[in-house]
Amino acid sequence: MGDPVIDDGDPVISLRGVRAELGARPVLRGIDLTVNRGEVVALLGANGSGKSTAIRTVIGQVLVSAGEIELFGVPRRRFTDWRRVGYVPQRTTAAGGVPATITEIVASGRLSRARFGVLRKADHEAVRRAIGLVGLADRAKDSVNALSGGQHQRVLIARALACEPELLIMDEPMAGVDLASQEVLARTLREQVAAGTTVLLVLHELGPLEPLIDRAVVLRDGCVTHDGPPPQAVGQHALPGHDHVHPHAAHDAEPIRTGLLS
Amino acid sequence: MDFLDYAFMQRALLAAVLVGITAPAIGIYLVQRRQALLGDGIGHVAMTGVGLGFLLNASPVWMATGVAVVGAVLMELIRWYGKTRGDIALAMLFYGGMAGGVLFTNLAPTGSNANLTSYLFGSITTVSESDVTTICVLAALVVLVTVGLRRQLFAVSQDEEFARVTGLPVRALNLLTAVTAAVTVTVAMRVVGLLLVSALMVVPVAAAQQLSRSFAATFAIAVAIGVSVTIGGTVTSYYQNVPPSATIVLLTIGAFIALTALATPLARRRARAAAATQTAGDPAECVIPASREGAGKAGV
Repeated sequence: MGDPVIDDGDPVISLRGVRAELGARPVLRGIDLTVNRGEVVALLGANGSGKSTAIRTVIGQVLVSAGEIELFGVPRRRFTDWRRVGYVPQRTTAAGGVPATITEIVASGRLSRARFGVLRKADHEAVRRAIGLVGLADRAKDSVNALSGGQHQRVLIARALACEPELLIMDEPMAGVDLASQEVLARTLREQVAAGTTVLLVLHELGPLEPLIDRAVVLRDGCVTHDGPPPQAVGQHALPGHDHVHPHAAHDAEPIRTGLLS
Repeated sequence: MDFLDYAFMQRALLAAVLVGITAPAIGIYLVQRRQALLGDGIGHVAMTGVGLGFLLNASPVWMATGVAVVGAVLMELIRWYGKTRGDIALAMLFYGGMAGGVLFTNLAPTGSNANLTSYLFGSITTVSESDVTTICVLAALVVLVTVGLRRQLFAVSQDEEFARVTGLPVRALNLLTAVTAAVTVTVAMRVVGLLLVSALMVVPVAAAQQLSRSFAATFAIAVAIGVSVTIGGTVTSYYQNVPPSATIVLLTIGAFIALTALATPLARRRARAAAATQTAGDPAECVIPASREGAGKAGV
């Protein structure tokens, strides 16, 4: 425990000049991003600024058209040591098409440490521990279909923690989360950070996680516009506490509406 | 139990049991990925294989297996690369497969649509010794994959993006799922037919979901329902002059309706228990006996 060790010479994630397109639309236009061991870095930005895409290039879900990505000093394409990485995708639900218990879903996060998909006693222990970390121990055998939105998010985070990762990558973990769950999540994250876990997370606003953030990287139209201490609540679109009544919202909503009607 | 004296009935029942196990076993992963109708699509594509079997004077079952596997792989590829109009490409694959089956069957010197019918709607009582061998081998393969790789398939079917970050070979597992589904379709072809096979993949799973809270229980109940209805349908068709495939499918839907009716009060009790839990902060232990009782009935 104690203060996180920040060692500039040991980047856990490094993106250099990364470009990516979704379809024909350029989403990332050459971004540089470094996350050092023990750091907690927030990626901020408006809808469509490319922050989720940036995270998804790191895990290999979105292919890059130019630039280099390294994880723990290894080029992303050759990186295989996924047990060191815990990932929380952007989801509103942990449920699939078939009922599943919290334990069953969290156990799939342990597969990166299990040989041939066989979970041993220690693995089951780790799964139980991860569920306990997000305060759902008493509901471990419940179907996720019976959970609230915030509890779904807690399940997704437990799943990421099940492999006891050194690096946590989270895409909007606070989206649609009720206040009680926000507190649980902030506490869980605080414990992880205190234990030395490196964190890269996409946030819409800093919110209750603000005290944990070492550095904020703000994206705008696929470019990095700020990299440093978390910005204070003035001016720009992506800032904390900003209520989102900027033109982007109306602009984004328009095609959806016509799409449903036509 | 006099039906057990006949060799054709023994073969029919063995084939029925194997289909009752394998169809829901792979179907549960398709339902989990919300691709419930994939089996139906593969069934359409397999018709071309049956037609080719007639035309080339080869075994329709093995030809259908080959073509269904190719079709399933194509569908997976369309899902990866097909960006905007993937559904149109799939539709072309489905109907092209069906048209190909009719065309090839009629081109064959001995072929007619009547031959095709036994593959479309099944012909369980004409299952031969060699059919049984084929079905046993393929069924063993399906069980090996769906049970042996259950954790990996669960993870990929639940959340593909997350599964990639656990280092699982997501593409290989997706292909394996598609190929296993294709194999299952041809296993079931002789029993319920290509047009009805998807029902046995999907409906038992949907029925089991009415009672279960966990994936493991859904799997077990779905297989129990699958075996019950395939045996039930086959035996019914022995005593009553009804087509076994249609009887099996209607029994499956009957099981779904019965379990849904049973589950409604169960769900209410669970909701009440959950509400009590949230106020008392106590685990929902009281609902467990209810679910056991439900699971017991499903197995019958």
